[in-house]
Amino acid sequence: MQYSDQVMDHFMNPRNVGEIENADASGTVGNAKCGDIMKVTLKIEDGVIVDAKFKTFGCGSAIATSSMATEMIKGKKLDEALRLTNKAVAEALGGLPPIKMHCSLLAEQAVKSALLAYYKEHDLITDENKHLFDKLDEDAHDAH
Amino acid sequence: MQKPKRVYLDHAATTPVRKEVLDVMLPLFSEQFGNPSSFYQTGQEAQRLLTQARQTVADCIHADPREIFFTSCGTESDNWAIKGTAEALKKKGRHIITSQIEHHAVLHTCQTLEKQGFDVTWLPVDTNGLVDPEAVRQAIRPDTILVSIMMANNEIGTIEPVETIGSICREQKILFHTDAVQAAGSVPIDVRTLGADMISFSAHKLYGPKGVGALYVRKGVRLPNLLDGGAQENNRRGGTENVAGIVGFAHAFKLAVSEMPVTSQRLTMMRNDFIKSVMAAIPDTRLNGHPVQRLPNNVNFSFKYIEGESILLMLDHFGYECSSGSACTSGSLDPSHVLLGIGLPHEIAHGSLRVTLGRETEAEDLSRMVGDLSKIVARLRELSPLYPADRQQTDLNQHV
Repeated sequence: MQYSDQVMDHFMNPRNVGEIENADASGTVGNAKCGDIMKVTLKIEDGVIVDAKFKTFGCGSAIATSSMATEMIKGKKLDEALRLTNKAVAEALGGLPPIKMHCSLLAEQAVKSALLAYYKEHDLITDENKHLFDKLDEDAHDAH
Repeated sequence: MQKPKRVYLDHAATTPVRKEVLDVMLPLFSEQFGNPSSFYQTGQEAQRLLTQARQTVADCIHADPREIFFTSCGTESDNWAIKGTAEALKKKGRHIITSQIEHHAVLHTCQTLEKQGFDVTWLPVDTNGLVDPEAVRQAIRPDTILVSIMMANNEIGTIEPVETIGSICREQKILFHTDAVQAAGSVPIDVRTLGADMISFSAHKLYGPKGVGALYVRKGVRLPNLLDGGAQENNRRGGTENVAGIVGFAHAFKLAVSEMPVTSQRLTMMRNDFIKSVMAAIPDTRLNGHPVQRLPNNVNFSFKYIEGESILLMLDHFGYECSSGSACTSGSLDPSHVLLGIGLPHEIAHGSLRVTLGRETEAEDLSRMVGDLSKIVARLRELSPLYPADRQQTDLNQHV
């Protein structure tokens, strides 16, 4: 498997590994049967993600995209973080092999599922933003 | 950073061509380049070498040279044996018996026949990967035309009871094919006692070149021609012979057979030491495959809570070249059918690692690998949401 230097960097030295205690939001997607699970925990203050951590069971690209996705949402406002796409994560990593693109969807969905929980809890879902959660209904493994 | 030493530990995938083998092959590309079918001296010299190679391969398995047919790879041999038998005997019956853990060359060939209306019994294996010969006997029906069970499994190394299966097939007068691609050169093969009617071989698994295989076809078994064309391979497989490849294959096979007692003992000892050290160093590790009845060079582990491709990637980074049965490395969404076949749950199968030793493997590389591997597994477990937190604490303490 040919991975870019950025993927290898984020795989070998993943950023933001762990779980935030008393996190304001958390989301877990994937399943062990398919070989990948990602759990994201977020610390949110005044509508801004001040910290993000992850734990991932999965292949190299699943781990690298988890690391990059948490980097990309840290310091972002919630509505900005919601616009994170797997494509943007993959691009930030210098691209992923085509058969690995679905792994990057895992990271996008984990972030969104954490945010969805937070939005629900704080009654923040509006007609304007609800479409941003649409993709959560898809199974990452259908996204080849 | 200094580049790590590359340690190749994937000999079940392929092996380097031995120096002695390369030496006998090289002149055949440009100096002794003749076509064995040609009348003049250069051609006849090639014919002589080909005849000699056929005799050598026959001697390696105690067969008659007329029973050896050269092919382009093990997959071709498997296809020819299975599809050829199906074609030849379809009027007699349309039932084939095989196992759930065959190589894809047998598995997918049988699936193709299923689509064409053949009925295939896929025998399960036990947790060590063994086929039960009695299950073969019970699966035999009046319309059974072929049994195909591999001699040794390519992923978990389990050596199947092919002699017993062969004698059952002989007694029931059913043709028996065995894929010996992984076994040849590692375990003795004697067609006089094996009871196999067809055996598949490949050169590049035993330090010969890629692009050469063979099919042993017992005298009296009539397979349809594989390739219509010239009179090569006794009219059964036309096409100018890969003389250099075939000569290299024969030489490699001969060397492997003559060195087998020594190599096999050496590899078995190294393998057992490696298994013991890894199991002691890394908690929640499972050895896949039979503990004793396995190929001397095969090691297959599952590390709980982590995924195989990420193990391979880190190992590669540290210089070790191995393989895994995880979905991410198989190119599909399911982990290896062999690991599922021995009853592993998906998540354990995803965390598998196959390490296959070879002639050039050194004990010190393996002992260094135990240390690197335990660090890698600990690191990936630290990343894994499946890893229980209480275990993590003890593990981290061990690796500080």
